[in-house]
Amino acid sequence: MTPVKKYPTYGVMAEFKTPAELIAATHAAYTAGYRVMDAYTPFPIEEVSETIGFHKHHNKVPLATLTGGILGLIGGFSLASLASASWYPLNIAGRPLIPWPAFIPVTFECTILLAGLSCAFGMIAMNGLPQPYHPVFNVPGFSRATNDRFFLCIEARDPMYNEDAVMDLLRSANATEVTKVDG
Amino acid sequence: MTPTNNTAAVLDAPKISFDNVPIIAHGHTFDTVTTKISQVVLKRGTPNWWFGAFLVGGAGLTGLLFALTVLVFKGVGIWGNNQPVGWAWDITNFVWWIGIGHAGTLISAILLLLKQDWRTSISRFSEAMTIFAVACAGIFPVFHTGRPWVAYWLFPLPNTMGVWPQFRSPLVWDVFAVSTYATMSIVFWYVGLIPDLGTMRDQAKSLFVKKIYGALSMGWRGSTRHWSRYETACLLLAGLCTPLVVSVHTVVSFDFAVGIIPGWHTTFFPPYFVAGAVYSGFAMVLTLAIPARKLFGLEDFITTRHLDNMAKVMLATGLIVGYAYSCEPFFGLIYSGNRYEHFLMYNRMFGPYAPFYWTLVLCNVITPNFLWIRKLRSNVVALFIIAIVVNIGMWLERFVIIGISLTRDFLPSSWGGFKPTIFDIMTFTGTLGLFLTLMLLFLRGLPSIPMFELKAMLHADGLGIESEVGTFEEEVVG
Repeated sequence: MTPVKKYPTYGVMAEFKTPAELIAATHAAYTAGYRVMDAYTPFPIEEVSETIGFHKHHNKVPLATLTGGILGLIGGFSLASLASASWYPLNIAGRPLIPWPAFIPVTFECTILLAGLSCAFGMIAMNGLPQPYHPVFNVPGFSRATNDRFFLCIEARDPMYNEDAVMDLLRSANATEVTKVDG
Repeated sequence: MTPTNNTAAVLDAPKISFDNVPIIAHGHTFDTVTTKISQVVLKRGTPNWWFGAFLVGGAGLTGLLFALTVLVFKGVGIWGNNQPVGWAWDITNFVWWIGIGHAGTLISAILLLLKQDWRTSISRFSEAMTIFAVACAGIFPVFHTGRPWVAYWLFPLPNTMGVWPQFRSPLVWDVFAVSTYATMSIVFWYVGLIPDLGTMRDQAKSLFVKKIYGALSMGWRGSTRHWSRYETACLLLAGLCTPLVVSVHTVVSFDFAVGIIPGWHTTFFPPYFVAGAVYSGFAMVLTLAIPARKLFGLEDFITTRHLDNMAKVMLATGLIVGYAYSCEPFFGLIYSGNRYEHFLMYNRMFGPYAPFYWTLVLCNVITPNFLWIRKLRSNVVALFIIAIVVNIGMWLERFVIIGISLTRDFLPSSWGGFKPTIFDIMTFTGTLGLFLTLMLLFLRGLPSIPMFELKAMLHADGLGIESEVGTFEEEVVG
């Protein structure tokens, strides 16, 4: 089938057999000055994300979790207090309307619930998921990225991007396969 | 013979050691891990035993639906509940099921934080168990309200009646604890599944199956940025689930401890209940894992080392539970100086329901001590039997605490008894059927062992890469 429309190139994808080769290639690419790249691996490899320049402080998942937790904490306690003292006050033998120790279980559960939901949905949203289509899926053999192969893609958005130079760099880094990725 | 010789002879004697049993059998590569686990699901044709088991589960489930339908039309009177035993099998079953769920969260969250590698193979499986157990548990309080169609009144929702839940009541805390627990368990489980759903999508042959797993995986592509956020999220969720799981059974125990019934009104209930929950949960994991690893041929990933470790956790928590049982007579008979507490212990041990109490002691206190024996921990049949006995024992424990305490409280004029009806039995066996059905569907439809985590473990050990010459180990040695 011939494509009816000419798509711009997304980048160049290299396939590696081992995690060590991928790490070495990523390092080589970063040293050569490339910045806009991403690696695709079947399991998390911390060295790779460090090497492509995605450091811990870029990761905003903890912030989302904390925000959710604080909202849950305030929300849970407010809910219990407002319901007991304002919306439906019940005078039971003169006991306090806001007995804070009795509200701790509900406050705690709301904290955990909101923190957990913000954490999970925050992670999914920051990862840009759900994303059923992505150019990298066009690469032949990319299905092994979730099995036993390790991929590195240097993207066309990189200011230094030059197709032939990138291809040479990746080939010299021991890639088993180097493919152009159509956008 | 001198003592030195004796010691030497003991040391020389061959003994079973689990230290050499690997968490993953030798010779596995990234590819074989993927294939072995994904093919359980993707292989065409379902084994006959699966249909047999599904028939049993489905029969139980049908019974459950029938019993609940009758209940909706006739009310909770069809159960054996009465005055004074208003909480009987329903609440017993609720506490039993919730407790079973706890092992799943313990394995997936607490053992993750403690960096216990062996948990990986059994984590997803036990998380699924948690969700299904909580689903079974939830049925009981909802239908026990008698008007399940207005069960949403349990939640704090603005309404035209202007009525709000009583936030000073442990029953409201329970609604919050259990619903949070259910939500968090599902979220944690699903997040854990995302990368493996991507693998399933890529391993599937048929386009239809690819589309289903592709949609479920949300287009996961294993980007390293995604992995970085993903790992953080998993760690944080584990950190959040750890106090949560402790809080859930604590709150469940408050349902009783805050009440004034003799046998309920005790401060040591929270730790006692949490230990019991973990105990029963590990028994259930073993009950499920032992047949499942055999039937699906997953012995390479759920090795005897896993079974041994789980048996050890069962032994430890079983001893805590045994300690709690010995505390109860101490408080009741000696320490409290309260005649009603005193009578409760007497009634438990020698009253009309005494056989339940002594069976419970036999199941929960005596049985786990067999696990001190290494040989029994390596014997799957023995472990399976012990696990079943503990499951029964833990059910009896809840019935003894809930049901028997209510039969004879303060005033002899208000004493009563409890006998289950056919609907009690059908509802309970029905939830067992529901649990079995859900578990079978899970095993057939989703990867039951986290593939990416196993691969990460292989990678950490410097293994997993396929080589042209032979296996990786041969290469290193040769």
